[in-house]
Amino acid sequence: MTQRKKSTLDRRVALSAILARRKDALLVTGLGSTCYDAGTMDHPNTFYLWGGMGAAAMVGLGLALAQPKRRVIVATGDGEMLMALGALATIGAQRPRNLAIVVMDNELYSETGMQPTHTSRGVDLAGIAKAASFARTGTVYNLKQLEAWVPRLYQSTGPVFLVAKVTSTRYPMSIRFRDGTAIKNRFREALLGSKAFD
Amino acid sequence: MKAAIKPATWPQDIYRVFKQIGIRQVAYVPDAGHTELIKSCHADKDIQAVSLTTEEEGVAMLAGAWLGGERGALLMQSSGAGNCINMLGTIQECRFPLLMLVTMRGEWGEFNPWQLPMGQSTAPILERAGSVVHHVDDAARVGETVFAAGQMTFSTGRAVAVLIGQRVVGFKDWSK
Repeated sequence: MTQRKKSTLDRRVALSAILARRKDALLVTGLGSTCYDAGTMDHPNTFYLWGGMGAAAMVGLGLALAQPKRRVIVATGDGEMLMALGALATIGAQRPRNLAIVVMDNELYSETGMQPTHTSRGVDLAGIAKAASFARTGTVYNLKQLEAWVPRLYQSTGPVFLVAKVTSTRYPMSIRFRDGTAIKNRFREALLGSKAFD
Repeated sequence: MKAAIKPATWPQDIYRVFKQIGIRQVAYVPDAGHTELIKSCHADKDIQAVSLTTEEEGVAMLAGAWLGGERGALLMQSSGAGNCINMLGTIQECRFPLLMLVTMRGEWGEFNPWQLPMGQSTAPILERAGSVVHHVDDAARVGETVFAAGQMTFSTGRAVAVLIGQRVVGFKDWSK
């Protein structure tokens, strides 16, 4: 096993650096911290999952297939992604050109008492995505590396998979948007206009 | 008694309904009963047919499809219904439409005892997870049932499952 590298990346700084370049990209968050982080940078093109652990990557696939001209970004945590390793195989087989997944990997289940996840014990999510036939994969540990990587999230032919190793800093568990139906309807109206209600 | 073999037309009936109601994404875990429908969907350039590793992936995928303005359908065997339960909570909370077509095992004439636990609990489990369940045991009624389920799904924003009975799908004669 290779020497573990130490992360210096704060999760909210990281997500903010990614979303600063979003333009008209569509964002799907996984439940938990990524959902709260994205909520502090709210946008009508963000769909917040606050449940359905393991759903984020596949919601991203369905959205990417439906909107081939838009970039779709999935931002989720390592625990959420570990629950859907099969989805990486499905996405790798499908090869959506416009889908990028970024995993905010603190190597912990931070919602449930900071228990270590498998990524703290040598499991390499970017390696799994690469083996699952993702077109571009990588892992970053600091802001400089992340900023160099961000354009690939938006421009490289997908599917793209980035692991952003982040520190264990915790933020308050809070979200302004709790009603799933309202979140869904807002997203659809922003994307589809009046067709959202057909 | 050997069951008479008639060429089944219900898979093509479902495909015609898919075209009629504008299905654009079809997610599936293969089942022998859906073989022909899966083939038709893959051959259609206006339908994106996606093979899954497990059924709950399809629940999430079709939520994404709806977010992006497309209608989809999830094909599975009854064994797969249990895999979907937690993900169906998201469908219920967000009022996503979800059309599920479930080919049944573990009921009419089943020979494999391992199929019974899930087959016999498919309908009550789906109902408890917030899905409307239609059971169809007559091949001639499969098409109209899927059409009705489609209208309910996409017009009311609910999960609707059509359970296609083992009488329709056919069972293996184990008597020798």
